[in-house]
Order: sequence, then C-alpha cells, then structure tokens
Amino acid sequence: MPLTYFFDSIPLLYPEIVISALIAIIVLADLITSKVEKVLPYISLIGLAVAFYFVTDNYNANAMAFLNDTGKGMVAVDSFGSFFKMIILISSFLVILFTILSKELHDSMDRIGEYYTLIFGMILGMFFMVSSTNLILLYLSIELVSLSSYVLAGFIKTSTRSAEASLKYLIFGAASTGIMLFGISIVYGLTGSVNLYEISYLFQVTAGNKFLLNLSMILMFAGIGYKISSVPFHFWTPDVYEGAPTTITAYLSVASKAAGFALLIRLIKTGFSVETSTLGAWVVLPSFYWQDFLVLLSILTMTLGNFAALWQSNIKRMLAYSSIAHAGYLLAALAVLSDQGLIAILIYFAIYMLMNLGAFLVVIIIRNKINSEELSDYDGLGYSMPLMGVSLGVFLISLTGLPPTAGFIGKLYIFLALLDAKMIVLSVIMVLNSVVSLYYYVRVLKHMFLNKPKEEVAHIKFPLAENIYASVLAVAVIFFGIYFAPVINWAKNSLSLFGF
Amino acid sequence: MQQVPFLSLITFLPLFGMIIILLLPKSNEKAIKSVSIIITGIQVVLAGMIWSMYNYSLGGINNQATYQFVEKFRWIEIATVSWLGTIKVDYFMGIDGLSAPLLFLTALISFIAAISSWKIDHSLKGYHAMYLLLVTGMVGVFVSLDLFLFYIFWELMLLPMYFLIGIWGGPRKEYAAIKFFIYTLFGSVFLLLVMIGLYLSATETLANGTKVFTFNMIALMDPQNYTQTGILSPLNPNNLRFVAYIAMFVGFAIKIPMFPFHTWLPDAHVEAPTAISVILAGVLLKMGTYGILRLNFPIFPEITQQLVWWIALFGAINIIYGALCAMAQKDFKKLIAYSSVSHMGFVMLGMASLNTAGISGAVFQMFNHGTITAMLFLIVGVIYDRAHTRGLDDFGGLAVQMPIYTGFVSFAFFAAIGLPGLSGFISEAFVFLGAFSNVQIRVITVVSTLGILLGAGYMLWTLQRVYLGKLNEKWNKLPDLDFREYAMLVPLAVIILILGVYPSFMLDLMNSSVNTMVTFMAKSQTFFSSIQF
Repeated sequence: MPLTYFFDSIPLLYPEIVISALIAIIVLADLITSKVEKVLPYISLIGLAVAFYFVTDNYNANAMAFLNDTGKGMVAVDSFGSFFKMIILISSFLVILFTILSKELHDSMDRIGEYYTLIFGMILGMFFMVSSTNLILLYLSIELVSLSSYVLAGFIKTSTRSAEASLKYLIFGAASTGIMLFGISIVYGLTGSVNLYEISYLFQVTAGNKFLLNLSMILMFAGIGYKISSVPFHFWTPDVYEGAPTTITAYLSVASKAAGFALLIRLIKTGFSVETSTLGAWVVLPSFYWQDFLVLLSILTMTLGNFAALWQSNIKRMLAYSSIAHAGYLLAALAVLSDQGLIAILIYFAIYMLMNLGAFLVVIIIRNKINSEELSDYDGLGYSMPLMGVSLGVFLISLTGLPPTAGFIGKLYIFLALLDAKMIVLSVIMVLNSVVSLYYYVRVLKHMFLNKPKEEVAHIKFPLAENIYASVLAVAVIFFGIYFAPVINWAKNSLSLFGF
Repeated sequence: MQQVPFLSLITFLPLFGMIIILLLPKSNEKAIKSVSIIITGIQVVLAGMIWSMYNYSLGGINNQATYQFVEKFRWIEIATVSWLGTIKVDYFMGIDGLSAPLLFLTALISFIAAISSWKIDHSLKGYHAMYLLLVTGMVGVFVSLDLFLFYIFWELMLLPMYFLIGIWGGPRKEYAAIKFFIYTLFGSVFLLLVMIGLYLSATETLANGTKVFTFNMIALMDPQNYTQTGILSPLNPNNLRFVAYIAMFVGFAIKIPMFPFHTWLPDAHVEAPTAISVILAGVLLKMGTYGILRLNFPIFPEITQQLVWWIALFGAINIIYGALCAMAQKDFKKLIAYSSVSHMGFVMLGMASLNTAGISGAVFQMFNHGTITAMLFLIVGVIYDRAHTRGLDDFGGLAVQMPIYTGFVSFAFFAAIGLPGLSGFISEAFVFLGAFSNVQIRVITVVSTLGILLGAGYMLWTLQRVYLGKLNEKWNKLPDLDFREYAMLVPLAVIILILGVYPSFMLDLMNSSVNTMVTFMAKSQTFFSSIQF
C-alpha cells in the first residue's frame, strides 16, 4: 500500500490517535507520579474531551481511511460511527466520574493506573468496532475490547466474586469470538475478501453456497451476540455484571453494548443491504434471512431477560437481566431493517445511556454507604436518602418506559418503526414485555419506599458531587422525556453510513 | 379567544403546589396540609370561573372551532428526512360539553379529598406531593386534545397512585398497589400501540400546506384525513381497525372497571386510604368511560355501531354482577367498591344507546357517580376513623349514637339507590330512557333494570345492619361528625340535591356536545357505508 494512503488517513483517525496517546500518557504518569489516583482521572477526562472534539470534527467527513486500490477502505468515518463514538466517549466520561467516587475500588488504588489504561484500551477497541469495515480489523477490535474487559471485570483481586466473573467472562468470550473467527474464515473462503464492501458486491453478483453463507453468518453472530448479550450468548451477563466492580458493570452495559450494536448494524447494512429505498427501508439481499433471524432473537432475548429479572434479589443482577431485555428491544428495532428502525436504535441508545448509567450510579453511591447490593438491604432507603431514592425511581421508571421520562420516547420510536413496518405481533410482544418489566423495576421502589427500614436510620448525607451527578442525570432523563427534539435531531443527523 | 390560559393554570397549579410542598420543611405539617387544600381550593375557584364563562351553545366533539378555552401551540416539531416527514406534537388543550362536567367534578373531588387527607399521619410531605401530582394527571387527561399529551397525563397518574396506595394504605397495600399498577399499565400499553397506529394512519394539513402525521384527536375523527395505506385507515380493507378498537376499549375498560377486568378495584379500594378511595371512585373510574366516549366512539364510529350490543351487554353484566357482589360483602368499603362497578355499568349502558338521552344520561351518571360515591367512601371513612373496623356485622344501631351522621348516610344511600329528587335518579332515568329507545339493546336494558332492585337491596340492608336496630354497646362512645367532616359531606349533599331537583345545570352544559356527538355518529355511519372496498 502506498505511503500516501497511509498519511491521508491520519486526519480521519485523530480520535483514535488521541486515545492511543492517552494510553501511553497514563502508563507514563503511573510510573512517574506518586499521587496517581489524584492525577489520572483528570488526565483521562481531559483526554476524552479532546477526543470528543476530534470526533465532532469528523462528524460529517463521510470518508474512509486506509483505502485499497478499489477505493474501499478498512475504517469508515461517517456520522453513524461518530454517533456511537460520542456515546462511548460520554459514557466513558461519566464512568470515570463514577470511578472517582466509588469506594469499592479504594483498596485497589495502588493499581488504578492499570484500570485507566484498560479503560482506554476498551475505548480504542470500541472505536474500531463501530467504524471498521474489514472483518479482520473487526475481529481484532472485538478482541481488544474483550481482553481489556476481562481484566477490568476481575479488577478487585480481593473479591472472589470479581475473580469468578472475570474467569467466566474470559471463557465465554474466548469461545464466542473463536466461533466468530471461524465464521469469518468461511466468509473469506466464499468470497476471497475480508472487506465488507467487496463481500457485499460479491454476494450481489454471485449466488454462492447458500448453506455455507448462512452458517457463516450464524457463526459470526456468536461474537456479536456475546457483545450485545443477546440470547443464547447471554449467559455470562448476570455473573459478570454482578461480580465486576459496579463502574465496569455500568460501562459494559452501555458502551460495550453500543459498540456491539454499531458493529451489527454496519455488518447488515454495509454487507447485506443493496440500497435504501426512498421510504427508508433497506433493500436486503435474500441470501440470509436477517429479518426472521433478528425477530426470533429479539423475542427470545427480551422475554428471557424480563422473566429472569423477576426473580433476582441482587440489584446488579437484576439490572443485568434488564440490560438483556433492553438488548431485545433494540434487536426488535433493528429487525425492521429500515432507517426508521435505525433512528429508533440511535435514539434509544442516547437515552439508554443516561438512564442505565444513572441507575448504576445510584447503586454505586448506595453501596458506598451500606456496602450491599441486595434488594433486602434497600428497605426504607427512600426515607434516609430521599434524593437517591427519587433519582433511582426516575431511572427505573424511565427504564420501564413510562412518560414523562426519556425512556418512553425511546420505546415510542421503536413502536413507531415496528408499526410503520406493520410488525404488529412483535410490537405486541414488546409491550407485554414492558408490562412484565414494570414489576421488577417497581419492586426496587417498593423496597425503598414501601418497606420499613430494619432499624431507624437517620438522614444520610452525601458528598455534594454525588448529589449533583445523580440529580443532573435524573433531571436530564425527565427533560428529554418532555422535550425530546434535541435527541431526535442528533439521531436523525447520524443516520448516514459510508456508501449509503 | 381569551388571554388567560385557564386550562393550563388548572392543570399545572397542583404541580406548582407540589414544588412548594417539596420546599417546605418536613416538620411544618400544618403548612403542608394547608398548601394542598389551598391549591385544590383555587382549582375549584378556577373551575367555577371556567363554568361561568362557558358557552353552552358550542358543541365541540369533532369540530375544533367549537371547543372552548383552547390552547394550542407547537411543542415538538422536527423537520426530518423525507421518509419520516415532519414529526410534530402539539400542546393542545380545550374543553367541550363532554369534558367540562368531568373537569368540574375533578376539581371538586380533589378539593374534598384534600380535606379528607387531613388525617394522614405519617410522611405527610410525600403524601401531599404525590397527591398533587396525581391531581395534575387527572385534570390533564380531561383537557388534552392531543393524544400524545393525553397519554402522558394518563400515565402520569399511575406512579403517584401506586405510592399513595402502597405507602399510606391498609394491611395488604403492597399487593393492592402493584395489582393496580400492572393492571392499568397492561391496558395503557395497548392504548399506546393504537395511538401510534392512528398516528401513522392520519395526516393533518399544516399552515404551509404540507401534510404531516398527527396525534390531534379531532383530526383523527375525520375519515377524510386518513391515508390510503395507513395501518388503521378506514380506506384500508383489513380488520385491524376492529382489533385496534378492541385494544383501545380494553385499555379503557380496565379503568372503568368493566367485568372481567374489575378485580383490581376492590383490592385497591379496600387498601387505599379514604381520600384516595374517594379520588379513585370519584374521578379515576370516569377516565375509562370518558376515554371511550372521547376516542373510541368518534374515531371508530363504524365499529362502535357494530359493537353497541356488546357494550350494552357488558354494561348490564357490570350492573347486575356488581350489585350481586356488593350484596355478598362483609366489608363496608368493599361493598361500596362493588356498588361502583354496578353504577359504572349504567354509564356503559347509556353510552351504548347512541342517542341523546342515553349519552346525556351516561355523562350525567359519570358526574353523579363521582359525587355520590365520593360521599359513600367518606361515610365509610368517618366510621373507620372512629371504630377502626369496617365489618358490616360489627355495628348496629349507630343511628342512636350518631344521628346527624346517619342522616347523611341515609341521604347518600338513597341517592345511590336512585331516589327521585336526588341526582342519581335523573341520570339513571335518562340512561334507561335512551337505552330502551334503542331497539338493538332493548332486551338488555329491560334485564338491567333488575340492577336497581338489587341496588336498593344491598343499600337498605346495609343501612339496616349498620345504622338501625339495637346499638352495639361497644360503640357507645363514638362522637358525631366534626367540622372537617361537615365540610366534606355538606357540599356534596347540596350538589346531589340541587342536581336532583334542577338537573338542567348539568344537562345544559353537555347538551349541545351530546347532540353533536349523536349526529356525528349517525353521519359517519352513512359515510362508512358509502365506502366501497
């Protein structure tokens, strides 16, 4: 490849370069300074802001980096990818803020440099996940994210649960991505290419071996399904979410899931859809039954997630199953295979980020005080910590999808997409699922407000920062529920994938 | 038309009150209670002002120009990519003869229930904040003319209600609260799907000539606004409109509550504190029938026509089944709860008649049921506060001990039975008059008159068991009514009496709207039969 192609790509990759540089800076800072836990968060936050600036700079670039001779490259820089990069950066920003106040990580402060290094490793991997159009790069980016997150899940060495989570995660992840790699190899065998655009072209012109193609897609989905915790690749989720430090759980549930979805969307739209019709529907190649496949997975995922969540007594585990259910809702929107569905997914992610991170934030803050995540220990907390109780209430109501919270807008747009495509059965299953979900979300409120505390506790005071974070997120969730135009506009501007 | 946004004021005033309450210190209990009473009191005044300015001759229903106190502005408007069109949601409020009586009822009952909340003894701040939020939701439902806004208010009521029952309720409060929540949410999610389906089927022409999808209820009532391919378009030959009608109807029927979706009601009523029972029976139940009249009837007139027999049948089942259940109760509050089921059946029967007398009767019955049942629940509250039991067999001869109270009880009981001279009589008479003149449902009407007999049966039997006979010596220390209780019972009794003697106060208010509705339903019938598939 000529050197100019390489240099031409550099401006498009500024965000990735900034993140890579930060990894180096953090490692160095970790070696140099002694007060590492004071310095690193601020370096990270500033670095994220810089990366965010470059992402917005490239927002409308609609270009490809590392072009080959046919004009198709390895990395797409388009508004769709930038949207997800922004989601990843914002959630990283919030998670780092949460990290500062999490007491759970206090014992591991001497190793906190590793923590930040690995977070940025994940960010780098996720950036490539959302923008890669090359199957090999795509696989490598998943592995980069996974390897970093295995370590992060087991970051608290003293906790056996954390270690167990890490090991389970590793075994599941290794198996799933291994299967995915096998799928990729079949695709390469069929088409002789690892570039999504070339693969798409070859699928269009040649019929190919349909059995092998279907097999390869199912195998590839193993890796993606594990990242978005879709049934039947969800088994790791509850254990890892429960065992990992809560900051990491929050991060996995939002950023890593967003990256997985972005990858799946890009795979389907770039690899399998020929064009977008004037009405927004994707014209998808008949070689793989994406719609049936996604509808089936979506129904299984949301139903299993919601019903399993009903029995949980640990709030992190419950939120883990709830995040599986939300993956199901998102898969339902994707199953529409249209830009209506896509805009619904983008809106949902923007909102899901706020409400899910908010819920985990309150879990972290409460854990700092009562050192527990069991629902039975939440009894009467609404009275001793009213602000946290109300904030958690707002987040959970939003996760249920009731107005006037933002979660309602997210669900509304999914239903709009589904009904516009006349997918009535799926939408009915989804609304019934949200009724089921109400039960377990409200159960938390029941513990906090309806149950009496075991012993009389005085009013618990929180540091100012914690109060501010929780209330800002809660107000944002309500604000975007009432005035949602900014979210819709952001999503609608981010619909374009390179080449469409 | 007018400068003062009365409807926004009356809707959001309680929300403002909620903020005041949240800012007050927890220890200042008197101030918290007073804010709640003052705010709902101002609401009553506002409602009175609205009534005094209300133009009785305008019909509303399907004609936007004849709605009154209209407030309409663009809330969300996003010009998007071509396939999505412009997304717009209006902040659109207005009242007509259908919603005005219910708006006044809501203001009145909220005020009475706020007074009744004086006795709440723990976590006052939370209680009154939730209470005022609930009031905002209730008022909002009755004044919204945009489906999106309607749905937001509709759902806004659920959470406060959950807490009000769940925290301040009786022994099985948690069960009752979650049952209420799940039941109503189950209904409203189908309402949501139908709402989205309607949105995707009908367009409204903007000032600049572009056609956009709309949540505007009034635009949805005009069959001309539907697109050829819309999922719920009458021009689209599929039976989805029928399915959508049923889904929406079930959503509302759960609120009424219509048999067989009524099982949440006795639980919620028995566990809820008195004030909340009053709100529940006085206002919340009306939302079901209001929704059917406001949305199901004019948006799907052709299907309504097909289904009137069924609506009447379920109405009759409600009347008789509710009355029989009431007769079997041993708990005073449960008895009143089942009597609500029975009385709401009259509303459904009246609606099904599709003529002026029947629908007037139905709307009037909604109002009267609101006042009478509120009174009945307050009466139960009075005795429960004193004796801490509601068992019908635990009492006896209270008339001797509490003569004035028993006077109010007899008054309310006779109003509930439908004694001429009291408001309940007029509305039930209208319902039967209307329903009987509709040949389709004549037999059902005749059968359901049995409900009146049963109603007299359980009411008089209760009167006898609790108030007449020999005084149970256990209760010979119970004091008679106090000032606060007079303040709650007297206004309701006066209204019941006035409307019983001179019902035109209320009937004139709704008359032109009911007429508009009846003509509209008949006219759309001809329109729909003219469509050839």
